Amino acid sequence: MSGHSYIKRPNRPLQIYAALFLVVLYVPVLFLPLFSFNTSIYVKFPLTGFTFQWYIELMDREPVWAALMNSLRVGVTTSLISTGFGIFAAKAITRYRLPGKGPLVGFIMLPLVVPGIIFGVALLILISRMGIPLSLYTVTIGHVIVCLPFAIATMIPRFEGFDPSIEEASADLGENAWWTFWRITFPMVFPGILASLLLTFTVSFDEFIMAFFLSGTDPTLPMYIWSQLRFPKEFPSILALASIILVVSFAMVFLGQWINRDAQATDSKSE
Amino acid sequence: MRKQLIQKVNDPMTKNDAFISIRNVNKFFGKFLAINNVSIDIGHGEFFSLLGSSGCGKTTLLRMLAGFENPTSGEIYIDGQPMSGVPPHNRPVNMVFQSYAIFPHLNVRDNIAYGLRKQKLSRAKRNAMVDEMLDLIKLPDYGDRKANQLSGGQRQRIALARSLILRPKVLLLDEPLGALDKQLREQMQLELRALQKTVGITFVFVTHDQEEALTLSDRIAVMSNGRDLQVDTPSRLYESPIDREVASFIGTMNFFDGTVKALTDGGAEIEAAGIGDVYTTNIPPSLTPGQSVSIAIRPEKLTLSSDGHGGSNSVKGMLDNAAYLGERSHYYVSIDGVPQPVAVSAQNRQRANGNAENQRPVWLGWDDNAFVVLENG
Repeated sequence: MSGHSYIKRPNRPLQIYAALFLVVLYVPVLFLPLFSFNTSIYVKFPLTGFTFQWYIELMDREPVWAALMNSLRVGVTTSLISTGFGIFAAKAITRYRLPGKGPLVGFIMLPLVVPGIIFGVALLILISRMGIPLSLYTVTIGHVIVCLPFAIATMIPRFEGFDPSIEEASADLGENAWWTFWRITFPMVFPGILASLLLTFTVSFDEFIMAFFLSGTDPTLPMYIWSQLRFPKEFPSILALASIILVVSFAMVFLGQWINRDAQATDSKSE
Repeated sequence: MRKQLIQKVNDPMTKNDAFISIRNVNKFFGKFLAINNVSIDIGHGEFFSLLGSSGCGKTTLLRMLAGFENPTSGEIYIDGQPMSGVPPHNRPVNMVFQSYAIFPHLNVRDNIAYGLRKQKLSRAKRNAMVDEMLDLIKLPDYGDRKANQLSGGQRQRIALARSLILRPKVLLLDEPLGALDKQLREQMQLELRALQKTVGITFVFVTHDQEEALTLSDRIAVMSNGRDLQVDTPSRLYESPIDREVASFIGTMNFFDGTVKALTDGGAEIEAAGIGDVYTTNIPPSLTPGQSVSIAIRPEKLTLSSDGHGGSNSVKGMLDNAAYLGERSHYYVSIDGVPQPVAVSAQNRQRANGNAENQRPVWLGWDDNAFVVLENG
C-alpha cells in the first residue's frame, strides 16, 4: 500500500537508533574543534569568544613541525610497506588454494583485536633484546604490524570483485605472471591500493601506543600532543592541533572509501 | 571403439594426422576423477565439439588444452609437441572464456591488441591489424568503447577478435554462446561457423547444447562422467549412437527390448517386445543370434496414421497425448508390452484444425533400417 517493498520500508526505531549512535560517537569529539576556537584557555562553558589565536600560535612552534615531519615520514613509509605486503597477501588469500587459509587470515587480522599495549611491550622486549636502538624505524615496524590488517581488509574485496578468468585470459594471450600483474591485476586493484595507502597512513599517523613504546628521542605527533597535556597553558593549541588532525584524518579515510567505493561492483556489471 | 582409437593413436604412421592428440589423460581433483582415461584425436582445421551435461569434464578437458589445468597422467600433444609443463602463455592456443573476460579497464582496441605486445610491431602495423579484426567481427566503429558499454554479443566478438589476432593454431571456446539470447545465439552460430571456415583455425568448442553442437561441428565427442562415450560426426552420432546413453543424450530416442532372431547378410532380424519383428542393417559388428539387445528409433522416423493397414512394419497403439509445436507436432502413443509411451514427431503438412483428439487408436509405421540396434551393457 505504501509503495515500499517489505525489506525497504522505513523503520522508525532503527532510524532513531542510528541517530543516537552517531550523536554518542561524534558529539564528544566535536568539543575539540569547538573549544579550539574559544578565547579562554580553560575548557568550560560558557564560551568566552571566538579566536584563531591558538591556530596561529601552533604555526610558530618548532617542536610541532618536527613532530609532524616525524609522523609524516613514519606514516608514508608505513603505508607503502603495509600496502605492498597487503597486495600480495590479499592476492594469495583470494586467488590460491592455501592449506589452512581460514586460520591464516585470522592470524593476519589478529593485530586488530590484540591490545596495542601488549603488542607494544612484546615488540619493545624483542627489539631491545636484539640490541636495536629505538628510533623512528622501530616505530615504523610496529606501525606496519598494526596497519597490515587494514591494508589486507581494504584490498581483499578488490581482488574478490573481479573474475579470475580475466587474469587467465591475460596468461592465455601470452603474458607471464609478471606482465599479467602489471597490465591487468595492478590497474584493476589500483583504487584499492590508493584506499589502502590513505587508510594505513591515517592509522599510522594517529597511532600512539606503539609509538610510545618504540620511539627513541624523536616523538611522533600524537606523542608530542600527549607530552604537552601536562601544561594547561598549551592546552588550547593542542585542541587546535587535534582538530586539524581530526579533519585531515576524516578527509583521508573518506577519500579512500570513496575511491574504493565500487569494489566488487566493477565487474558484476559485466557478467 | 575406444580400443581402436588408442591403437590408432599409438601407431606412428597415423600419429602425425592428428593436430591435437589427447592420449590416456586422467585428471583427479583430490579424490574426484574428473577426466577418466580420455583419448581423442582432433584434425587440423576441424570444428570439434566437446558435448556433455554440466560436470561431465568437458570444461576441464578444455582448460587442460589451454594449460590452466595439468593432467594427472597422460599427455596432450598440439601440433606434435607435448604440452606437459608448458604454461598457458607459451601455448599455441587461445581461449574464448565463458564470461568473455574482457579487460574492463581497457577499451575495445586495447583489448584486441593485448596479446601483440611481444611482437614489437610498429604502431601503424598494429592499428592495421586491429582494424582488420574489427572489420572481421563487424564492429568497425567500436574501437574506443569501454567494456561496460558493450552488449553480450559484442563482448563475445571482441573476445574472439582478441584471440584470433594472434593467429593461434587452436582456438578454444568455452560455451561462448551460453549467455546470449536465442536469436542472437543462432545468428552467432552461423557467424562462428563462417568465421572458422574463413580463418581455417582448429576450433575446440565446449557446449552442453546438443543442437548447437550438431549445427556447428565437424565432429563431436559426447562426454559423461569424465569419459568420452563416442567421438563421431553429427549425423553418425544421431543415426548410429554407440549406446543408450549417447542415444538418449542426443535428441529423443524410443527404446525397445529385443532379442536377435537371425543374422542375414549385413542385417539382423530382431524380435522386439510389443512391436514384433524388425529388420535393420544398423547393427554393431559383434552381434550373435539369441543375444538380448535394445533397439531404438527416432520420433521422426515413425509415421502415425488413424486407419490401420496391419502390415509387417506397423503396430497398433493408443494415442495418449499430443503437443502442437507449430511446424510439427509431438505425439505420445502407448503400446501393449512397451513400458514407456512411444514418441512420434510429425510435420504438420496440413493446417491444424482444433486439437488432436486423444485416447483414440492409431497405427505406427516405420521403414526397414529405421531402427538402430544397441548392445546392452
